[in-house]
Amino acid sequence: MAIYNLKINGQTKQVDVDPATPVLWVLREHLNMPGTKYGCGVSMCGACTIHLNGAAVRSCQLPISAIGSREITTIEGLSEKGDHPVQKAWLEHDVAQCGYCQTGQIMTAAALLKANPNPTEEQIDAAMTGNLCRCGTYLRVRDAIKTAAKQH
Amino acid sequence: MPSKQQQSSIDSIVQKAFIQFKALTMENNQTTNSRRSFLKSSLLAGGGLMIHFSGLAKFSLDGKLDEASLPEQWNEITGYIKITPGNIIKILNPNPEFGQNVMTSLPMIVAEELDVDWQKVVVEMGPHDNTKLGPQFTGGSNSVRMYWKPLREAGAAARNMLMQAAAQTWGVPVEEVTTKAGMLFHEKSGKSGTYGEFASKASGIAIPKGIKLKNIKDFNVVRSSQKNVEGLKIVTGKPLFGMDYTQEGMLIAMIEHPHAFGMKLKSFDAAETLKMPGIKDVFTLKMFEDGYEQAGFDTRTFNDLLVVVGNTTWEVMNARKKLKVTWEPISETKDTMAGRGGKREVIVPAGLESTSTQLAKMAEYAKKPAQQLRKDGDPETAFKNAAQIIERTYNAPFLAHNCMEPMNFFAHVTDEKALLIGAHQAPGWIEPTVSKILNLPADKIEIQMARMGGGFGLRAYGHYVIEAALISKKVKAPIKLVYSREDDMTYGIYRPMYTATYRAALDANKNLIAFHVKGGGIPEHAVHPNRFPAGAVDNYLAESWEIPSNITIGAFRAPRSNFNAAAEQSFLDELAELMGKDPIDFRLELLKRAKENPVGKNNEYDADRYAGVLKLVKEKSGWNAAENKKYSRGVAAYFCHNSYAAHVVDMVKKNDQPYVERVFSALDCGVVINPDAAINMVQGAVVDGIGNALYGGLTHKDGAAEQTNFNRYRMIRLRESPKTIEVSFVQNNIDPTGLGEPPFPPVFGAVANALYKNMGKRFYNQPFSKDFTGKG
Repeated sequence: MAIYNLKINGQTKQVDVDPATPVLWVLREHLNMPGTKYGCGVSMCGACTIHLNGAAVRSCQLPISAIGSREITTIEGLSEKGDHPVQKAWLEHDVAQCGYCQTGQIMTAAALLKANPNPTEEQIDAAMTGNLCRCGTYLRVRDAIKTAAKQH
Repeated sequence: MPSKQQQSSIDSIVQKAFIQFKALTMENNQTTNSRRSFLKSSLLAGGGLMIHFSGLAKFSLDGKLDEASLPEQWNEITGYIKITPGNIIKILNPNPEFGQNVMTSLPMIVAEELDVDWQKVVVEMGPHDNTKLGPQFTGGSNSVRMYWKPLREAGAAARNMLMQAAAQTWGVPVEEVTTKAGMLFHEKSGKSGTYGEFASKASGIAIPKGIKLKNIKDFNVVRSSQKNVEGLKIVTGKPLFGMDYTQEGMLIAMIEHPHAFGMKLKSFDAAETLKMPGIKDVFTLKMFEDGYEQAGFDTRTFNDLLVVVGNTTWEVMNARKKLKVTWEPISETKDTMAGRGGKREVIVPAGLESTSTQLAKMAEYAKKPAQQLRKDGDPETAFKNAAQIIERTYNAPFLAHNCMEPMNFFAHVTDEKALLIGAHQAPGWIEPTVSKILNLPADKIEIQMARMGGGFGLRAYGHYVIEAALISKKVKAPIKLVYSREDDMTYGIYRPMYTATYRAALDANKNLIAFHVKGGGIPEHAVHPNRFPAGAVDNYLAESWEIPSNITIGAFRAPRSNFNAAAEQSFLDELAELMGKDPIDFRLELLKRAKENPVGKNNEYDADRYAGVLKLVKEKSGWNAAENKKYSRGVAAYFCHNSYAAHVVDMVKKNDQPYVERVFSALDCGVVINPDAAINMVQGAVVDGIGNALYGGLTHKDGAAEQTNFNRYRMIRLRESPKTIEVSFVQNNIDPTGLGEPPFPPVFGAVANALYKNMGKRFYNQPFSKDFTGKG
């Protein structure tokens, strides 16, 4: 076990966990932030996507010991009231079906638009292809990203 | 020890529940709450059991209300509606939500008849209480179909009770009281008031029967698109799913199961595991005692459980790796089934099965005599006299459901009671089993329904709920059972492995004179003997056979239909080509025959509605338009779960690979409750269908799954999904039927038919991408 002071969503949080513990489980089970989801544990589905210094990363294989001073943003911290342009676009297009993968989709999309405010269709496809949606909401994911891009 | 589960009789179970529900609703209107529902209501009012998981409770649509500010004084008017004196109107959703959007669509139906402003309605997931809230079953595309009438009646009855309360207070005839958007009016006297002012009085009035329902033409909530009531919670990551549930003192449990079907636990050494941080206990548990009579959904693939319990999921996952386990082969066993079809014994064979040997075995069985399911005319003679016979065989693999949220369930079992929280499609089916296994009366078992991170049929089964309950009982603590992705994918309860051989006989003028389907599967076949083209061909034969297996199976989105539509609709396409006919015109000709002069009895489909979706998709897709010739176009249509669906798939080449760029879909499911959400579900079904047709499949070697996670199990991704899916609904006023399943099966056929155009050869074996040669 080791103590880590983490910068998460603009706040400092202290946890005492095994250094190998993936960030996903630290968030979900030590910090009571369940918006980041477990889907596969092998970085193949994207449900666990968070931002590390603004870039989208999979948190399920990222050990807490590797974070250092980098800033973590989770879905809980993407906006205060759920009004980030990507979240608003998601609601406008009513993207979700079961909803389980959507926080990961939103985090990937938000990082894409931050790095590239006007992505082409191909760039959207490339950025989002690591995020699985079993319900098949992909068309609305694309449309919502295009809507959010206009507002960015 | 694995057991075979029959997925095919799911429809009859649902039908029975449906009929019972109708009887129950009538009865319920006459009686007051049972003791049990009273008990549950008081628990709800106190909120005591729900404090740790707000996601199960309340939502607000207009953003002005938040959960904390919701008052607790609710006047209940019928089981589905609660109104505060301040006129906050809450509607309970009775049915489990797994993405089909019932949390929104079912309360919309109540709101329509109640006459309230939808934007101001608060929606809450109802408690599990079959007496009060009906079957509470998600599956068989039945949510809207079975709740349509009861919810309309509940809304209309509550509105009438409020009108009566106002009439009594104002001393005016009830006929003169009118309503609008949560308000009551008496025009002559100028009196008016909110529903809230009269809710207390109304709640004491007997629930009236036979209240006239609205004319569908006057609807203003139903049939207009409304946003998902849980949308904001979903996009902000609020706890909604069973996996998110937690409470003080809760432990995490995981199960180590054999890595191959046909194996069982022999012995284990947990010394190293127990030394790992956070680990509380390692033990074995027997799921069902010998001779246990399994009810219909009492699934279990492995009966001897090796359980690891600890503080956190990561610690338990890690500690599992230190287990030293010896497995041994199972012997052939007999399972006693007490459920569907009466008491009977099911043989579960021993052995380690592999896909290659299974395929060979299926080919061998396909040549043997089979069980006749339906015969019209004299197919043997017709085939003997045929000028031409076409015969084609289709195969499809096991499919894993792969819900994005792996199976999990919370259980807190004590000597007195059990609290179970999580995602399940049919809590009413699993409760009697839990009651039996825990030896607790049903009224001591509380099941709370979490939003499901997918279900697709798998979450209708009980294994993970039973396991969680038994583990909690053993450790005497609240626990959450968590399946890893690998546990989830390798557990079984798959879509069966299917094959079917189709034959058609043509006379010298290329007229279709006989049709024959002979289908088989491991361990179940998929043949629907009374579906199209039965009824449209004079000489018709349907047969089936099955091969027992220790690989467990279960319902998977549109059971059986998901294979039938693929095979039959590909075959009809090839047949039309052979006959020199347009594939849509050919189907329409057959349907015309089935309508005007149907062959045989028990034809399940309505030929007019079937033809209707084909005509609609033909129009919407510009089937014959010159500008669409650039696409490799495939069409298919199918009837299942009481609804009709047709698709035209437009394929192109992208990076030398076939790619479905565009899809046109036509549906007839009667009245559409929430159009935009319905379109979303159809689009999802199309993407799901393309994905499973091209990539889906689970193979085995020596009993072990060869795909254990998404790195090997290929799922369709955003890049591979179409650019557009244009969805159209046949407009009619027919009582709604389902939509979750019907659009799924014909996608497979349409994809197969488009592939033929795109690649220049027919594809018979799913997943089709395995046979791609790169360039067509």
